[in-house]
Amino acid sequence: MNYEKEWDVIIVGAGPAGNMAAQEFAKRGMKALVIDRKQQIGPPKRCGEGLSIRWVKIGKLKPNPRWALQEITGATLVAPNGEKVYIDTGSTGQTGYIIERSQWEKMEAEKAIRSGAKYMLKALVTGLVMEGKAVKGVKVSREGKEEEYYAKLVVACDGVDSMVGRYAGLRTAMPLGECDSGYQYEMANVPIENPNYMELYFGTNVAPRGYVWVFPKGKDVANVGIGISGDSAETAKDCLDAWIEANHERFKDASITEINAGVIPVTKPVGEFVGDGIMLVGDAARMVNPIHGGGMGSALEAAQMAAEVGTAAIKKGDTSKKELMAYQKMWQEKRGGEFKKILHVRHFVEKLNDEQFNIVADLVKKGELKPEMLVDLGHGKGLAELIKALVKASPSITKFALSFLKG
Amino acid sequence: MPAKVNENTCMHCGGCTSVCPAQALELQETVLVVDTDKCIECGNCQKVCPVGAIKVVKG
Repeated sequence: MNYEKEWDVIIVGAGPAGNMAAQEFAKRGMKALVIDRKQQIGPPKRCGEGLSIRWVKIGKLKPNPRWALQEITGATLVAPNGEKVYIDTGSTGQTGYIIERSQWEKMEAEKAIRSGAKYMLKALVTGLVMEGKAVKGVKVSREGKEEEYYAKLVVACDGVDSMVGRYAGLRTAMPLGECDSGYQYEMANVPIENPNYMELYFGTNVAPRGYVWVFPKGKDVANVGIGISGDSAETAKDCLDAWIEANHERFKDASITEINAGVIPVTKPVGEFVGDGIMLVGDAARMVNPIHGGGMGSALEAAQMAAEVGTAAIKKGDTSKKELMAYQKMWQEKRGGEFKKILHVRHFVEKLNDEQFNIVADLVKKGELKPEMLVDLGHGKGLAELIKALVKASPSITKFALSFLKG
Repeated sequence: MPAKVNENTCMHCGGCTSVCPAQALELQETVLVVDTDKCIECGNCQKVCPVGAIKVVKG
């Protein structure tokens, strides 16, 4: 298939960020080309597939039964001692979906195409066309040939392993301790207590500095996954296999339909996510909620911002870093502060030992902590409340806990 | 010895490339390519790999 050589914008990666960027640029009349290295939009997923209603609204998505498989109205948290805490999030309107991500991505790409964007698949971006420090296009390896395509702006939506950002000289490499190693099985015939509830399991024996999740995709289908600290001595796979083995009774009649793996940034976004002629969006800029590792929603929002700023820059004929910095500022103002607070919560939570986790569960059980407070933590709120309750129940943690109140 | 990938177990998730400080790893659709000249044998890729598909033998 032949493609024109000159574009207003070239978007690398056809995931949530890339598809949204394509729609938003195309709607504004920009000639947009999306390039993906895969031969098919969607699989393999590197994702637990949870999307909260907040992002559904921000992304102006209309949940379709073809991809919005299971509505979520709550969460079951399981403490290291096995104590279960049920959180009804639906009553406060904090619902969400477990989605069929590959189907959703394809349908989002279809929307972008209807808006005027073009897609190029099975095409590997091997480098950038540079003019001094400015990005002027991409080098592509496709159909056995090496080609070049030119654009006023390149938008890197190529995920956590973004090479495009690196080709442009942006510092995207992640320290080992600031990411999680993730592994997941999609399984069928799994007994599920309540398909409307996500299940999260904590404990150093379960997942070092992380958690195991069971995200229902229906009555008996679920993503069963794990995220552990990137510098753990164990592999995520071994930890998940051990957990499934330890829960043999539950999983004995289940089996797998997919194996997924991936690394999840749980840190701050990259320092600079714009350069001359280039913007990074979504996982490529590490715009990931550092407490749970969800990144689809913030990618959608950032793509909208990138398209707004990017289109204005293209129309002005100036896609310099200085001009594109408006996108970084916009993101920092809207989301930067919140993500910083969430990271602070994470740093506290990852210091808790199993006994302290058990105490938290116990406090919720006894009604001394509201279960909703645990949801607030995911938005970077409620840390002071948690610390106060913990200090009261377990004075031994006072010193380090109080240091977090100041920070 | 630079990073060595076991293609049999590699999931091609690209996670290792995101923690490689030397840009020595690149995921090319279905193959993980190691640039042995660039590899600094730090072992980050081995530690982060969700399935233990990479080995770096130091020394």
